[in-house]
Formats: sequence, C-alpha cells, structure tokens
Amino acid sequence: MLNNLRPVFIIASREIRDQLRDWRIIFPVVGLTLFFPFLMNFTAQQMLGFVQKYGATIVGERLVPFLLMIVGFFPISVSLVIALESFVGEKERGSIEPLLNTPLQDWQLYLGKLLSSTVPPLTSSFLGMAVYLGGLRIQNIPWPETPMMILIVLLTIVQAIVMVSGAVVVSCQATSVRAANLLASFIVIPVALLIQGESILMFWGTYSTLWWAVFGLMVMAALLVRVGLAHFQREELLGREIDVLNARWIWRVFKKSFWGDVRSLADWYRFEISKTIRSMRISILITFVLALVGILLGADLIHQFFIPLDQESLAELDERIGLLVKAWPVFAVKPVMSIWWQNVRVLILAMVLGTFSFSILGVLPLMASMGAVGYLMALLTVNGIPAVTTLAFILPHAVIEVPAAILATAAILRAGVIMGTPTPDRTVGEVWIESIAIWTKIMAGVVIPMLLLAAAIEAWITPRLALLLVK
Amino acid sequence: MTSRTGRSRDSGFYQMICAENLTKKFDDFLAVDGVNLQVFPGQVLVLLGPNGAGKTTTVRMLTSVLKPTRGRALVAGYDVEREAEQVRFNIGVLTEHHGLYARMNAQEYLEFFGKLYRLELKQIRRRAEELLHRFGLFEDRFRRLGEFSKGMRQKLALVRALLHDPPVLLLDEPTSAMDPESARAVRDAIASLRSGDRTIMLCTHNLSEAEELADQVAIIRRGRIILSDTLENIKQNVLGPAEFQATFSKSLDGWSADLPEGVVLTERGANWLRFRVQDPPGTNPELLRMLSARMEMVTFQELPRSLEKAYLEVMRRAVIEEGNLAQ
Ligand SMILES: Nc1ncnc2c1ncn2[C@@H]1O[C@H](COP(=O)(O)OP(=O)(O)O)[C@@H](O)[C@H]1O
Ligand SMILES: [Mg+2]
Repeated sequence: MLNNLRPVFIIASREIRDQLRDWRIIFPVVGLTLFFPFLMNFTAQQMLGFVQKYGATIVGERLVPFLLMIVGFFPISVSLVIALESFVGEKERGSIEPLLNTPLQDWQLYLGKLLSSTVPPLTSSFLGMAVYLGGLRIQNIPWPETPMMILIVLLTIVQAIVMVSGAVVVSCQATSVRAANLLASFIVIPVALLIQGESILMFWGTYSTLWWAVFGLMVMAALLVRVGLAHFQREELLGREIDVLNARWIWRVFKKSFWGDVRSLADWYRFEISKTIRSMRISILITFVLALVGILLGADLIHQFFIPLDQESLAELDERIGLLVKAWPVFAVKPVMSIWWQNVRVLILAMVLGTFSFSILGVLPLMASMGAVGYLMALLTVNGIPAVTTLAFILPHAVIEVPAAILATAAILRAGVIMGTPTPDRTVGEVWIESIAIWTKIMAGVVIPMLLLAAAIEAWITPRLALLLVK
Repeated sequence: MTSRTGRSRDSGFYQMICAENLTKKFDDFLAVDGVNLQVFPGQVLVLLGPNGAGKTTTVRMLTSVLKPTRGRALVAGYDVEREAEQVRFNIGVLTEHHGLYARMNAQEYLEFFGKLYRLELKQIRRRAEELLHRFGLFEDRFRRLGEFSKGMRQKLALVRALLHDPPVLLLDEPTSAMDPESARAVRDAIASLRSGDRTIMLCTHNLSEAEELADQVAIIRRGRIILSDTLENIKQNVLGPAEFQATFSKSLDGWSADLPEGVVLTERGANWLRFRVQDPPGTNPELLRMLSARMEMVTFQELPRSLEKAYLEVMRRAVIEEGNLAQ
C-alpha cells in the first residue's frame, strides 16, 4: 500500500515545488496570509472598541471568531486556481501526455493532483489564522474558546477539501483553463452562501448547528473525492477536444438519456419511462421511508408546538370551506394552475438543492412538506376532529400528489447515486447531464401530469368533500 | 518479459509492435481506420502522412492513452488495453508537444520521471549523466527548462524517453517546427539510437527525414495505411525500375541503336540519354559496352529516386482512386 502511494507523493511534491517557484501563486497567497489577517485584526479592534462604547460586547465577542473563519476562508478561495489548473493547465501546456505515458495508475495521478492542490490553500489559511491569532494576542483581545477554535479549524479544513476536490473535478472536465475558471463559480458561489449561513449561525450563537455543518461538509468532501476518482480516466484527458460549454454536445447527451431511441410518445412511456422507473426502485423505497419519517417527525412536533384550536374557529371551518368552494368553482382553471405551479416550484427547488449537495439536500422539501402534513393531522386530531374528516381534507389529492413528489425526489436521489457510481467510460460531465435528463424525464413524463391531476382534485373535489363531512 | 512477445507465423521473428485492425472513432469521425502494423526488433518504422492523417492518434493507442474503438495492439508483447501498465514500462515516448515543466531544471526533470518509472535515484543519476553527455546537454543540466531552445527541449524529451532504457521507442514528429540545425541534431541523435534490439516507430510528414531513418515506411492518409513496405521496395514498386543517364562529350544528333533486352530509352537531350533498366546487373555491362563503342561517354549514373517522388505518386493514386469510388 505504502509503495503504491509513493507515486502520489512524487507527483504532489513536484507540483508543490513548482508552485513555490511561481510568483503568480506566491504573491497573492503571501499577501493574503500576511496582510489580510492584519486588516482583520485592525477591524476586530475597531469594532470591539466601537461596540463596547454602546455596551454591546456580545456582538464584539462574536466578531472575533467570525473574522477568524473569514481569514481562514479567503486564501482557500484565492488559491483555488491551483486546483482549477491542475489537469487542464497541464493539458493546455502539453505537459500532461508525457505524464500519462508513465506507468502511473489513474488513481495515483488523481490523488497526487488532489494532494498538491489541497496543501497550498490549507497552508496559507493556517498561516493566515496564525497571524490573526498572533495579532489578537498582541492587542490583548482574548482568543475564542477552545471548542470554538477547533470548530473553526475543522470547518476550514473540510471547506478547503470540498472546494479543492470540486475544482479538480472541474479541471478534469474543462478543455481550457478559461472554461475551468468560468465553471469555478459553481463551486465558489455555493460555498460563499454556505459561509454566510455559517456566519449567521455564529452571531446567533447556535454553535451545535455548526457542528452539523462540519459533518455535512465532511460527507460532501468524501463524496466529491469519490466521484472524482470514480470517473477519472486518463483516456478522457486526450480523448476529447470537446468543450464542456459545447451546447450541441450537451444537447446530444441529454437527448440520448431523455428520449432514448424510441419512435413515439407511447413507446417512450412503454420503454423509456418504465425502464427509468425500474432503475429507481431503491431510490423510491428510500424516499418513501424518508416521507414516512417526515410525517412522524411532523406529528411529533405537536408535543412542542401545541396550538389549541378554539371551538369558534372550528365552527367557522365549514363557513371557510364554503368560501373556498365559492372561490374555486368546478372547472375553473386558475386555482388549479396556481396549486400546480406551487408544487412544481417546490420540486424544482429540491432539484436545485440536490444539485449542489449530491442529492442530500434534495430530500429536504419533501420531508418538510410531509412534516407539515404530519403536524397538521396531529393538530386536528388532538383538537378532536375525527380522523376520517382529516383524511378527507388530504387524501383525495394526496393519493396522487404524494407519489408524484416521492417520484420526483427519488429521481434526485437516483441522480446522486449515478454520480457516485464508478463508470470510468463516462466523464463527470456526461453523467451529470444524464442525471439531469433522467430527472427531467420523470418530471415531464410522470410527475408534472400527476401534479396537474392532483391540483384539479384539490381545487374542485377536496373542498366539496370536506364541506360534506364537516356538516 | 521473455515469452510474452507475439510471434508472427511466417517470419519466425517476434514483433515488438503489432497492430491489427486498429481503429479510433471520435464521435462520428474515423480518425484511424483499420490500421495494421508490424515492426520487428531493431527496425525503424516511419509512419508517413500529412497533418491530420491519424499518426498521433495511432501512437496514442499504441501507448495506451487512448482506447481503440476496434482492433487490438501488442507493444513489446503486451496488450495495450489489458496490460497498459506493462506497456508503459516498456516504451519510451516522445510526444508531439514536448511540454516540459518550465520551472524545473533538466536534472530535476529527469529525476522526477525516473522516479515515476520506479528507478533508484542512483540509477537515474547515472543514466541521466550518460544520456545528457551523449546529447550534449550535460553543461546545461542545472538551467531552467524555460530557458532551453526548442532543439534542446526536444533532445531533453528524448533523454526522458530513453531514461528507463525501453526496448520500444515511439517518436511523434520529433523535428517538426524546428530550425534546420536543431532538426539535424535531433535526427543525428535518433540515428545514433538505432541498435540491434531497439525498435523505433517514428511519425513524420518530412520526407527526407523518413528517407534518412526508415527501414520500413507506412504511408497513412485519412486514417488508412495506403502503402506499407521497405523503403527500397516502395521506390521500386511505385517508381518502377531504376533509371540511368549517360552523358556524352559531343552532341548526339541522329543516334539510334538496338538496345539490349529489358532496356528502354525514356528521354534524350542534346548530349545525354536516359534508359530504364529492368535488371541493371544483368544488362548494364552490355549497355555500357554498346554506348562507349560508338561515342565518348563522360558519365553514366543512376538517377536518384527520391521517396518524395514515390510518396507524391502514391498520394496522387489515392486521390484518383477516391474520385473513382465517389462516382
Ligand atoms: N481528441 C480528439 N477529438 C476529436 N478529434 C480528434 C481528436 N484527436 C484527433 N482528432 C482528429 O483526428 C484526426 C487525426 O489527428 P492526428 O492523429 O492528430 O493526426 P496527425 O498526428 O497525423 O496530424 C484529425 O482530423 C484530428 O482533428
Ligand atoms: Mg500529429
């Protein structure tokens, strides 16, 4: 094993030595690790003085660890260029081919590049944090507590690994350094948003949630490294001159996964859709279990957030439903469309969340809605409304709507599974497009029509059925 | 690697490079189409063809950095798809773009690659010293590669390819885009590498280079090998029998004679004649006797038959054939 790792270190040490001789890298990194922390020190000092005047010391105290996090994050995002260049840069300079001709194995080359792209960002961010902490000591500002410091250091490490391994994946895919830099926004923007979230948590003082962030990022990092390794193949580096931003190629890959080679819509349903749904069996099962868990968690919330519904408001219930019935006349299209669009929007949001998190966050909208349903049912039941009535409010359209949502979420899960499964004959880009195509296929072919039907039932039938039961 | 080599049925020699129906498709584009190659130990095969003919793609399949769409290939007896690692240990490759690391010096560069070939540091240093001396780069071994001239870079890349003393060398356009002096130096270096047991495959579109270095020539056009033979045979088969020119001291007006069997007068000038001779050793003595009996002959020499002429002829025929197929 150790012998197998040797080439990894040979690659990595050469690259790191190369970086140390490159002023384009040294200059900003040194600048950021030395001057930026000083600036932050100065900021911390000024702010502390300022808020102390108004007695808001707590804000000042929270600012100190926050700035530590920023000082650690900045050098990483700047030295991300190293990772972005790792493969495509060598390809552009023509130095990759002699390397590919050596008896290196694919994974050794990949890990070597990953290692050499991770070390400089982390070193510079540790240096930066050390300078910042040193500055605090000199200015007699107390350091954050030890658990907090550990938390921040861990966050910095996992963020670095997530960003770098994402950038290396991009670097394998891109056909030019320019394209890689364009694609880098897909990494920097989500992580920047994440940092904003973390800052809010930090000022809020909910540190335990930050530990969850550490955990989540660790999973992300592991998945990114795995996906990168699973799809890395030296063949791909020279085998294509196609640009990742090549629309025609994207369209072709998409069409192939979306439409297959069927001739008619009927065949599409008979062969393609059914094949895809069969391939999603396990994802559907998992999503179903998650939906149940959502309902149970939601129902459980009743112990924490019990709202007694007074009899008056219950008495008004039939009046309200009556209003609803009037507002939503049978066969009126508008309410149907608005319910439908609302649901579609939630599922698209799930896809967007899933895209940036290997599907993990993609299950959140489903679980949240199921939780809401569970909570509502529990609330109505506890307030003495018979279960039959409650079910009548929900069941007629839920029978269609919930399976649709489960299918859509399962498609997102499936996309994550496909990404993580080793298929060395296809690139990450191809697999990514394919998984989007699968999701689109399920959405367009099954989920969206089902949701339309569910919305019609919800607008036209459910209120009338409920009215009948409430009376 | 003793008994791993692919033996060819008829020759009894084993082949160091053997490709069967090697094909590479990029999407719908056939870059290499059913290439067959056989190179025996100690031979130099020149793959000759214009830009975009598929030379680099062929080499990349032989070095197992591109997967063939169809067909298979053995290099040094190992299958390029299933035994890629063994193949890589046994080949030295000079790629079309040398892409050296500009911020390293030559010594560091060679040590880096030597380690990837799992050589001991001591071994690497010894080999590097020897090879750097041989290619006249020893004095420059601590200079940054960014400062190297094109010729020096190419020579260093050649040193890198030779560092682990591979039995098979694949050289992709080693002198393209080089000034004549550097090209000369690199060509001499390659010529000095021919030895009894090293097999070399060289890709080029440079005809004089091919003529200088080749034992075997394979002409490739649009992904297909259109002719493959020894240099001599190609000239013989394409350009026909050898031509000789006899030059005389005086003008020849009105000369005619019964020529020996197998000799044809092809052209005549004021004081010279050209003959095509089917069997020079058999008929030239008689021809010479006949010519010098009647007139004073100044010189009698074989007309040079360049590979260039043969190549252009082969290409011309390929174009005509293509036209016929298209109709
Ligand atoms: N990775 C690739 N993707 C698509 N087409 C390619 C790729 N590599 C080479 N080609 C095409 O294949 C043909 C042969 O290229 P190549 O083997 O480089 O030719 P040569 O080395 O003889 O000049 C060219 O038309 C080239 O455009
Ligand atoms: Mg070429």
